[in-house]
Amino acid sequence: MARITLDKLAHSYKPDPQGPQDYALREVDHVWRQGGAYALLGPSGCGKTTLLNIISGLVVPTRGRILFDDVDVSRQPTEARNIAQVFQFPVVYDTMTVRENLAFPLVNRGVERKLIEARVAEIAGLLDLTSALDRKASRLGADAKQKISLGRGLVRPDVAAILFDEPLTVIDPHLKWQLRSMLKELHRKLDLTMIYVTHDQTEALTFADTVVVMHEGGVVQTGTPEELFQHPAHTFVGHFIGSPGMNILPCAVEGTQALVAGQPVALARRYPALSGQIELGIRPEYAALRQRGEGLPARISRIDDIGRARIARVELGGLKFSVMVPDEAEFDGDEASLQLDPAQIHIYRDGHLVQGEALAAGGQP
Amino acid sequence: MKPVNQKAWLLVLPVLLIVAFSAVIPLMTVVNYSVQDSFGNNQFFWNGLGWFSELLDPKSDLGSRFYDSLWRNLAFSGIILAIEIPLGIVVALSMPRQGWTVSATLVLMALPLLIPWNVVGTIWQIFARGDIGLFGAAVNALGIDFNYVANPLAAWFTIIVMDVWHWTSLVALLCYAGLKSIPDAYYQAARIDGASRWAVFRTIQLPKMSRVLLIAVLLRFMDSFMIYTEPFVVTGGGPGNSTTFLSIELVKLALGQFDLGKAAALSIVYNLIILSVCWVFYTVMTAADARADADAGRV
Amino acid sequence: MSLVLDNVGLARGGQDLLSGISLTLPKGSLNVLLGATLAGKTSLMRLMAGLDAPSTGRILVGGTDVTGQPVQKRNVAMVYQQFINYPAMSVYENIASPLRVARLPASEIDARVKNAAALLRLEPYLARKPLELSGGQQQRTAIARALVKRAELVLLDEPLANLDYKLREELREELPRIFAESGAIFVYATTEPSEALLLGGNTAALFQGRLTQFGPTAEVFRRPRDLTTAQVFSDPPLNTLSGVKQGDQVALSTGATVAAEGAFAGVPDGPYTIGFRAHHLALDRPPAAAFALPATVSVSEITGSESYVHLDLGAHRLIALVPGVRRLEPGQAVTAWLDPRRLFLFDDSGGLAAALAKAA
Repeated sequence: MARITLDKLAHSYKPDPQGPQDYALREVDHVWRQGGAYALLGPSGCGKTTLLNIISGLVVPTRGRILFDDVDVSRQPTEARNIAQVFQFPVVYDTMTVRENLAFPLVNRGVERKLIEARVAEIAGLLDLTSALDRKASRLGADAKQKISLGRGLVRPDVAAILFDEPLTVIDPHLKWQLRSMLKELHRKLDLTMIYVTHDQTEALTFADTVVVMHEGGVVQTGTPEELFQHPAHTFVGHFIGSPGMNILPCAVEGTQALVAGQPVALARRYPALSGQIELGIRPEYAALRQRGEGLPARISRIDDIGRARIARVELGGLKFSVMVPDEAEFDGDEASLQLDPAQIHIYRDGHLVQGEALAAGGQP
Repeated sequence: MKPVNQKAWLLVLPVLLIVAFSAVIPLMTVVNYSVQDSFGNNQFFWNGLGWFSELLDPKSDLGSRFYDSLWRNLAFSGIILAIEIPLGIVVALSMPRQGWTVSATLVLMALPLLIPWNVVGTIWQIFARGDIGLFGAAVNALGIDFNYVANPLAAWFTIIVMDVWHWTSLVALLCYAGLKSIPDAYYQAARIDGASRWAVFRTIQLPKMSRVLLIAVLLRFMDSFMIYTEPFVVTGGGPGNSTTFLSIELVKLALGQFDLGKAAALSIVYNLIILSVCWVFYTVMTAADARADADAGRV
Repeated sequence: MSLVLDNVGLARGGQDLLSGISLTLPKGSLNVLLGATLAGKTSLMRLMAGLDAPSTGRILVGGTDVTGQPVQKRNVAMVYQQFINYPAMSVYENIASPLRVARLPASEIDARVKNAAALLRLEPYLARKPLELSGGQQQRTAIARALVKRAELVLLDEPLANLDYKLREELREELPRIFAESGAIFVYATTEPSEALLLGGNTAALFQGRLTQFGPTAEVFRRPRDLTTAQVFSDPPLNTLSGVKQGDQVALSTGATVAAEGAFAGVPDGPYTIGFRAHHLALDRPPAAAFALPATVSVSEITGSESYVHLDLGAHRLIALVPGVRRLEPGQAVTAWLDPRRLFLFDDSGGLAAALAKAA
């Protein structure tokens, strides 16, 4: 059990890094509390795997330190760190039974046999593996194998943190649901620090209390799923989180009004004069599609039915825009208009969120 | 299901013809010889299973020669397997996994495999000579009497060392290929689980190598069981009959004494032994494959 | 040119990998094979391609029996889960490779490659080597190579499975347009119901080597023929309860009762399995007629815009997908609401007995 401190961590795979472009991981400074559920979310090549490897001890950081509680472990080997890891592809010891697999880390550490038996039985119960204990691990499905990998971490009473490296990649969709909710239950029961690396926003957001969004080697935002969804600090977060992602439209802003594709859009905050690349962001969930004449004129190119909802792909003066439409809504032809909820509109300058000044209640002109 | 296009058989025909000439006809001749007796000048007489019963009777001259060389062969195969397989594994484990040294090592390892059999024999014949051979002279200089022409133990030692030198790299290369296919995550997981070097070998590396190891054992067994050229070049089967293996015995019978019937019977039995060993390996391997498939959930 | 599978089966080592599959895929159609790992998707595609011959049944292309005809003789292109490109060739040469094999004139090759590159937004990368590209671009290259051949049949075996979530989303959105412009028969295998829905076209639901339903995607989703299809085509998993119909009422195992009106009135009395999807289970009382299900929260997962709430109802575990952020503590008692029009009634044998919702 441990608090993990990332102290000005940075890493470059080049021997002599020059500028920030040479760093696979740019400076990261964070404290992860004991018992927290964290996710590192980002596309391939964003540096999340480098960060994970630094935590697990596979990579020694170029700069900075990593501390477990107050101990600097930056240069300690993996086996000295008391971490457990679940990999993308299930790792089980093929020739062993499930029981032997679970006991393996304890046997290696010379734990007393009685204690091992009790601990293995306890963890097998937690993971719902009791009935499979005497089967060969290699004969089980991918989901059971991932549980075994996790179990080998959980049996160790001294484990400081459990790292998950895209653990659900090879799991069928309906089993993902079971494993995910099991992970959440385990996290609650066991009070362990868990760090989950993934490119899949649903997995990251549902698993973690705190999500660290990474992009091009740096952390762009750290927050709860709700914060990331409601107040993306960067257009990348807006785009990456949410399905479909946030609509990001180039615009001009003047006071409490934005100009998008030549059309005025009311804002709920007042902004100073801005220079640079100004963009307006709004999530598809906070826009509404109406009959022509009730908002910004738009043209429907397509409506996708995703089962639980429908997504209209529309064009707004040549700009692409996605908007959620209710099940029962019907439209004649492709002419429609868009209504944007002013309270849910964010303004970005060069990709970064601009905090406008809140208007007095009901003070919208 | 629609019948498959029968014209495909025409394509196989040339191969069938070649195989008929190169294998089936000689084989039938051998079977023919094995049930006949000849007194030279191309006169043949029916002898039934006479040669076979003589061959398998340990009290007859032919039988005792057959059993002696058979045991020699089995002992030789057993010894070289016992050395080459573990040694090959150890070499494979200590080979580099990345960097420029990998290709250098691979080339070096492959060198003995590229040398023709008789050249290998000649190299060792000279190398192990007590007077001018580097190896033989060195051993003699240590005060050990080493003379493979006179001393059976020295002769055996020489051909075993020769075979180990010649073929261990094959085992090592096969094992290396097996080791390379193990994903890094396994090693990382083992480190996290606190596994010792020995535990990593026993629980990860050995199971993942088991298939290639089986192939290596089969190849080395077959090849050593049929060995001819190298001991023929080095010792010629001597001193005495101490390194006369089945193949050398066979050549002595057929070409030395021109006992075609006896030689034919011996070669058929020889062949049957090899075929049955192959069959055992084949069954074990397919059973292992089926198990692996079932494990992977394929079937 | 249509592809017809007539009662096709495949047996290996005494086990049926596929059995009794009949499908008609018309020219220019997009067909999704939906099923879990090992459901038989890849086996079926291999039969369609001619890589394997079926043990039973026939395969017809444009009315001609091609059963047992090898892949070389068929006009087929395939895209795999792994990004398979020639690493030593440029993207341009990769896309051109099937045309070079076919010995087309250089001008024709150039025109077709440029066209495919434009369709898949690969124009800026034509001179690069595949390994210098992102995963998404590599897979676009493989798709372009499949399209440029103008094959009659293009098979895609989980082509997006190895891509990042966002790249997947992007390609999923583009693929229907790309397919529509080609005119070939597309067969697309996936394990994900959401992917089938986004692609549209037709969906064939596969379960343990059997075809459980084939039809327009929205129709298969909204009116599954049986319990198995509904389960295959639900993500989050289909919620099920048991119930007994007696007279004008259906009594659920949870104690609630539903009036057996409309289509439900016509089914015979007896036990049924009642299925419904996660997004139809509400935690706020909906305006429409709904009945209450008292439940206990087991886990709630929040995505920022939606919450997945796992509920325990006696022995049943249900999932509710509700909009907005719901912070619910495990063990907390809640009331879930369910609109009877969203229910499917499945009989003893798993067949759909009745549903009140319209098909499409």
